[in-house]
Amino acid sequence: MTTSLPHHVEPAGRSADGAALSCVDLHYAFGATKAVDGLDLRVEQGEVFGLLGPNGAGKTTTIRAITTLLPVPPGVVEVFGHDAARQKMAVRRLLGYVPQQLSADAGLTGHENVALFARVFDVPRRERAARVAQALDAVGLTDAAQRSAGTYSGGMVRRLELAQALVSAPRLLILDEPTIGMDPIARDSVWERISDIRAGTGMTVLVTTHSMEEADQRCDRLALMHRGRVRALGTPEELKAELIAHRRESGDADPRPPSLEDVFRHFAGSGLGDPGPDEQRGEFSDVRRTRHTASRVG
Amino acid sequence: MSAVPATPRPASADAVPDGPVAPDQRFALLLAPPRARGGLRVVPARVVAMCAVELQKLRHDRTELYTRAVQPALWLLIFGETFTRMHVIPTGNVPYIDYLAPGIIAQSAMFIAIFYGIMIIWERDSGVLTKLLVTPTPRAALVTGKAFASGVKAVIQAVVVIVIAAALGVALTWNPLRLLGALVVVLLGSAFFACLSMAIAGIVLTRDRLMGIGQAITMPLFFGSNALYPVDVMPGWLRAFSAVNPLSYQVDALRGLLIGTHAHLLADFAVLTVAALLGIAAAASLLGRLAR
Repeated sequence: MTTSLPHHVEPAGRSADGAALSCVDLHYAFGATKAVDGLDLRVEQGEVFGLLGPNGAGKTTTIRAITTLLPVPPGVVEVFGHDAARQKMAVRRLLGYVPQQLSADAGLTGHENVALFARVFDVPRRERAARVAQALDAVGLTDAAQRSAGTYSGGMVRRLELAQALVSAPRLLILDEPTIGMDPIARDSVWERISDIRAGTGMTVLVTTHSMEEADQRCDRLALMHRGRVRALGTPEELKAELIAHRRESGDADPRPPSLEDVFRHFAGSGLGDPGPDEQRGEFSDVRRTRHTASRVG
Repeated sequence: MSAVPATPRPASADAVPDGPVAPDQRFALLLAPPRARGGLRVVPARVVAMCAVELQKLRHDRTELYTRAVQPALWLLIFGETFTRMHVIPTGNVPYIDYLAPGIIAQSAMFIAIFYGIMIIWERDSGVLTKLLVTPTPRAALVTGKAFASGVKAVIQAVVVIVIAAALGVALTWNPLRLLGALVVVLLGSAFFACLSMAIAGIVLTRDRLMGIGQAITMPLFFGSNALYPVDVMPGWLRAFSAVNPLSYQVDALRGLLIGTHAHLLADFAVLTVAALLGIAAAASLLGRLAR
């Protein structure tokens, strides 16, 4: 078995400033609809960064641009210094991606699901079994590895997808609503694994979520998106402090300490007295996908 | 019910460390990225990966294999036996059922491949395709992998039909080289039809539309080929269609290889290879639409 050095090999990136991810003035429009409208974002190495925002805020489009699924101009998106437009393959090698949908193949065993991703990331055959075993172990699925993924619970499928993303030793793990539709126990089991892996590998994690509780507890820093732009950025505490300061300035004498949900409502609008936006939030297909995932998990 | 005890946390095999810890041997292999495979070696590697998945799925669930064998068996048994007795289709010295068998092999392989786009749309909906598109796999390599994965299914189907045909007394060759050649022909033909299907999937984007188009083009491709009758008995316009229909070249090659009729093997292989390459190019350029 190969005994690899427990350190990431530094990729030869162009920028030396050390950001795991940077987006500079990212725009993306679907026809006349501006999904992302001048987004600036910087994720530091090793942090858990949460991307929040209402449906239709542009989170998924942003993730799609970062994961090279959407064409972006050169110099706009960089992952560890690699340009997402010019060095697509290099960027993809650095990414581990878990989409919102339950994307494990129910017709394959857990082991086979992970082995597929070991193959498509060019893990040599002599190393494949050991790597797949380690990825499955990291998410606590060793005992269930030979079972069909079709028999897994929602939480187990998510952990399996995590193993699929981990087997290629990514440096940036991108999780799109990883705990959607899960009960608190399954949610905790998924987050415990993410924390465990992050502590053991130093991996950077970019996560989108609608759960303010999770964002508050699990993320080091957050960006709150609304209508294609970042409206607020900082640690959960900084965002709450910002809201307190804003309340003070505007003479709002709400005595309760603000929650992250209050911050969310403040920056993204509550829907009340903000007519229109709710009707622009997310397309039918997004809603269907979300509900479909939630029903499969539940 | 009185006080409900707090639900215990699920037993965890691995304790969660309190903070960042020094290198953890449990993750040693997950820290070293695999070396990139460069250039043209990516394509065969992805083809192997996709074919392996297809074989693993078939190993777990063989239902499809059995159910798909029913239709070709009926074609040979009912249509083949009946028309052999009627002697209405001029097939020279060859009994009609022998003449028909290669046509049915090609048809059943095409039926599998032409609906492969539905699988791609399903993979798009389930997130599998998106995940594959975020791996270091050029789209052409992914499409080639998928095309040959559909070919694997078609080849297994062809073997089943060959066995059925042999059981019905069709005088097939048992020359291993010719049989191997026939399987390569099936593979190439399926690769083309799977790419055609994936390209259409990239245009229409939904399962329902693709299903409709698949139904609409399958029969014209089948009846507009030499699978059931020789080109000589066709009216001029159908003959022209047959000349541009890759299924005709597939059937011609299969007939030549399996029952020894006069065939244009070189031209057949050339047409099927070029068709498969064009199909791969078309499907690869349209695949991105599915991910947007």
